[in-house]
Amino acid sequence: MEGFVALYIFMLAAFTGYEVISKVPVILHTPLMSGSNFVHGIVLVGAMVALGHADTTTEMVIGFFAVLLAAGNAVGGYVVTERMLEMFKSSKGDKS
Amino acid sequence: MSWFIQAAYFTAAVLFIFGLKQMSSPVTARRGIIWAGAGMVLATLVTFVHPQVHANYLLMILAIGIGGGLAWWSGKRVAMTDMPQMIALYNGMGGGAAAAIAAVELVKGEEMEFVVLALAVLGALIGTVAFSGSAIAFGKLQGLIRKAFRYSGQQKVNLVLFSVTVLLGLIMVISGQANPVILTIFFILALVIGVLMTLPIGGADMPVVISLYNALTGLAVGFEGFVLQNPAMMIAGIVVGSAGTLLTQLMAKAMNRPISNVLFSNFGESGGEGQGEVQGALKPIEASDAGVMMAFADKVIIVPGYGMAVAQAQHKIWELTQLLQDRGVTVKFAIHPVAGRMPGHMNVLLAEAGVPYDIIYDLDEINSEFPTADVALVIGANDVVNPDARNNPDSPIYGMPILNVDQAKNVIVIKRGKGAGFSGIENPLFYADNTRMLYGDGQEMASALISAIKEL
Repeated sequence: MEGFVALYIFMLAAFTGYEVISKVPVILHTPLMSGSNFVHGIVLVGAMVALGHADTTTEMVIGFFAVLLAAGNAVGGYVVTERMLEMFKSSKGDKS
Repeated sequence: MSWFIQAAYFTAAVLFIFGLKQMSSPVTARRGIIWAGAGMVLATLVTFVHPQVHANYLLMILAIGIGGGLAWWSGKRVAMTDMPQMIALYNGMGGGAAAAIAAVELVKGEEMEFVVLALAVLGALIGTVAFSGSAIAFGKLQGLIRKAFRYSGQQKVNLVLFSVTVLLGLIMVISGQANPVILTIFFILALVIGVLMTLPIGGADMPVVISLYNALTGLAVGFEGFVLQNPAMMIAGIVVGSAGTLLTQLMAKAMNRPISNVLFSNFGESGGEGQGEVQGALKPIEASDAGVMMAFADKVIIVPGYGMAVAQAQHKIWELTQLLQDRGVTVKFAIHPVAGRMPGHMNVLLAEAGVPYDIIYDLDEINSEFPTADVALVIGANDVVNPDARNNPDSPIYGMPILNVDQAKNVIVIKRGKGAGFSGIENPLFYADNTRMLYGDGQEMASALISAIKEL
């Protein structure tokens, strides 16, 4: 990838993250932190690639732990975020 | 890379941003995490046919099964009060994964461009620090590590360690290859830095630190995404990196503690002096009288603190609220940003008990309403309602935004005993003329209030 294209992606992503969070009410800070914790669980994809082209035993062992940890991040992040958000309901009775 | 893998990664990135956006409103939040989850499943599935993936499928599925299974099991079981440390744990795993990816790529020793190598090493450093730091944060909040670990010259030691680690990283980047010995020392030092940085930080500051490590893991993931030429990781990682940084700042601001203070100074070292004598006396009240006071009020504001969650009183409080609402009393909940273990944690705990989010208000929304409230019921909160933060420049918490409970017509404080709270700071609110103290366990006192009102 062209270095500058990567720089553009980084810059735009940084602004996006800032904008998305800046209008969040305090009541959602904890679930949102948990939600963003889940989103960087995408590291699982990279861990799978790392393990998928590992050749030596050392690489395979490290790659195995990469996938193991990343899967923990993604699955755990999802489960706790979903559990927290599930409980938010309005007094007007819509339990969507 | 075939077009459909690229398209799947692109879709996943869009779903993540869209999901996070939806998570920023309580009405759509639930949908948000489901969208983001769908993106994750999609991205994971197509990676099995990624052109660079050509071996170790069995190991991969085994690792996903073990890691995912354990996380699923623990995530489903954890109590809502323990949520902050679980977030720390899962976050640390993500940081460790990013560092391990860097390790695989560096051990491979293939020719890398200067920038790629530099970001791989930087991501490895950040990811490893987030990994060991989060593990310590988990241990502290879980109560596994009780003592704050401090010694003189600690910061100098950390600085030296950090400089050596950066130097080792530079050697690898400039020489264009990762010497196995240097690489091993580099990772060990990074682990030690994460541990030493986190050990001296007190439990009250831990949420800010967890949020910081969350942002750092995001950065590490983004950098390793660049190394692997994976745009989905780059976008998701950097979005979390910047969102997490902002969230960290918001939390630090809510606690009136600059981030540099959290990281480099120790809470509770200053203060203690200049508090002066508190005027007045503590005036106790019986639960039955307090119940009558609330039942015949027009407006009651309930101010819960972490003590309420510890006493598991939130369900009783909600029962009390419904009882008062049936009598035509307007009941509102006032939440200080740091009422729980982290901003928003108290909202989660109240939501668990069934309290609807639209009668819960935050500091800015409710503070002007205290003068019109007949009763303010404070349960398990102390520093966040201390008027010294507003009035007494000598107080260690001076300047922290507080809930102006003292302006209510009557204040009832449910408290275990007469001692000063968590921070050891005297609270003049308890001695004020309009304050009555209801001594006892939060849950028992809430039950006593309920039966007092039922008897009317």
